[in-house]
Amino acid sequence: MSLKIIVLAKQVPDTRNVGKDAMKADGTVNRAALPAIFNPEDLNALEQALRLKDAHPGTTVTLLTMGPGRAAEIIREGLYRGADGGYLLTDRAFAGADTLATSYAISMAIRKIEKYDLIICGRQAIDGDTAQVGPQVAEKLGLGQITYAEEIQKIEDGKVTVKRRLEGGVETVEAKLPIVITVNGSAPECRPRNAKYIQKYKHAKTITEKQDAATAHYAGLFNNRPYLNLQEWSVADVNADVAQCGLSGSPTKVKKIENVVFQTKESKTLEPADDNIDELMRELILNHTIG
Amino acid sequence: MNNLYVYCEIEDGIVADVSLELLTKGRSLASTLGCKVEAVAIGHKLDGVAGQVFPYGADVLHLFDDARLNPYTSLPHTSILVKLFEEEKPQIALMGATSIGRDLGPRVSSALGSGLTADCTSLEIGNHEEKKENKTYKNLLYQIRPAFGGNIIATIINPECRPQMATVREGVMKKEIRNAAHKGEVKEHDVTKYVSDTDFVVNVISRQMEKSKTNIKAAPVIVAGGYGVGSKENFQLLHDLAAVIGGEVGGSRAAVDAGFTEHERQIGQTGVTVRPKLYIACGISGQIQHIAGMQESSIIISINNDPTAPINTIADYVITGTVEDVIPKMIKYYKKNTK
Repeated sequence: MSLKIIVLAKQVPDTRNVGKDAMKADGTVNRAALPAIFNPEDLNALEQALRLKDAHPGTTVTLLTMGPGRAAEIIREGLYRGADGGYLLTDRAFAGADTLATSYAISMAIRKIEKYDLIICGRQAIDGDTAQVGPQVAEKLGLGQITYAEEIQKIEDGKVTVKRRLEGGVETVEAKLPIVITVNGSAPECRPRNAKYIQKYKHAKTITEKQDAATAHYAGLFNNRPYLNLQEWSVADVNADVAQCGLSGSPTKVKKIENVVFQTKESKTLEPADDNIDELMRELILNHTIG
Repeated sequence: MNNLYVYCEIEDGIVADVSLELLTKGRSLASTLGCKVEAVAIGHKLDGVAGQVFPYGADVLHLFDDARLNPYTSLPHTSILVKLFEEEKPQIALMGATSIGRDLGPRVSSALGSGLTADCTSLEIGNHEEKKENKTYKNLLYQIRPAFGGNIIATIINPECRPQMATVREGVMKKEIRNAAHKGEVKEHDVTKYVSDTDFVVNVISRQMEKSKTNIKAAPVIVAGGYGVGSKENFQLLHDLAAVIGGEVGGSRAAVDAGFTEHERQIGQTGVTVRPKLYIACGISGQIQHIAGMQESSIIISINNDPTAPINTIADYVITGTVEDVIPKMIKYYKKNTK
């Protein structure tokens, strides 16, 4: 059976290896110092979708992302790896959304896409680590959910079998389609970009990107090759209620942001000479910290 | 009405530590607010739960006992909490930031249109002034959590919607018996009024829960390694030292991401929070998110060949050397001078 799969993906600042210039002197985040990347667990999710596509000929994998215009990069990254198309949800009115307002906007876009058997996304994004959007989207669409998935093992007779990796063990569950699945970082890594797909999709653009003068010389391509036109949707395009989007649709508010300050101690610095280490160990044994 | 609720996770009839930690925290928040603490237990064979939760200060225990509710699946537990919260209108609802709480919490918050803050590291009660609207909100729950990979700490509030929901990781709050003899009120609910057959969409075919191999949280001594340890082979030195002096091995997020050690050993905001007597940080630079998970250790030794590593500022002893050089010397002295 061929499947229609939607993969939810997010472009995030790479917070994993934050350098010394990542914070400005005033304690705010220096976004320019953090490269924008495909959220790692969303790549694990994409791989699960692509494996289903391999196993079920005729399956289509469509990416859906919300973010500023530059987040279209995420869709191209997905196309380079084997996805079939994508939608960028972008509008000033989406800005400042907490997880609830985000899941509302995404659920409205999914309603607009209309036909799907499976919605797959990463368990959580590294900029917030909340793991909320997947389940919240599922609830808004009235669908069931399987979180913490490590492997989508099979789809048969309209039912999906999934291995879940929980903190205390492993669980195998079965559920009817359609359903939302969130994928763990412990799942297999995403396949690399494919040269053939890079050639095919390198000029894929959203309508906003097409307005950039630099693309003018190959404007004709977009008519001849419809797959190069990436869909861009606004609040109105997905029939969303502005009041439920962005900052105004977010029940949680940030009251305060603080730079992290730790109580520093007066440390004793030792060279790694034998005597110094022996003396330290002697002290730890004497005061019963160890032994 | 308008009480503080704690969703209790139960495995084989035992209430999870994280739930008892939240009851302890909930009790102190409720005392500030002058409201009651109500525990919710959903599962099967829950006879022993009352005796476990009342000592931690729960005033009421809601029981939902049905064979179909164990093991946990998302929708039935969601339906119960959503209906119960619609009836009882809690002001605050807390749950563990575990694979269950992080599956359930967002779903409940989405259904109720209420905000949820994940992985809080601190919860406080305070007021909020909305200057633009000239409005003052009294006694809100300050949901304090790290953001941006732990580089900033955000205080989140939920001025209008109720309940104010938050999840908290295991080990972040302290669990403390308030009164071992305390008995609260038990309310047994008719499960069929809360769940419908269509909620049972996910079928658990098999389930293997293992007792964790490590017990980092309770270890009096932790030897932890970071990216600077360099390799999985070098991590063996940490295991050797831990075995000799009687401790557990932990790792920073970078070390876990690099595959030097297992995820269950990760210390920090996205791992376990620890408070051992002795913490030996080996090749750990000291990202904020790591320090936040170990700063309450009694004695901290940092072994690092970079004298400017941020972790050194919170260490009691800094040894400016490499793991390969220093650890064998520690092992040698210990073996020679103890029985």
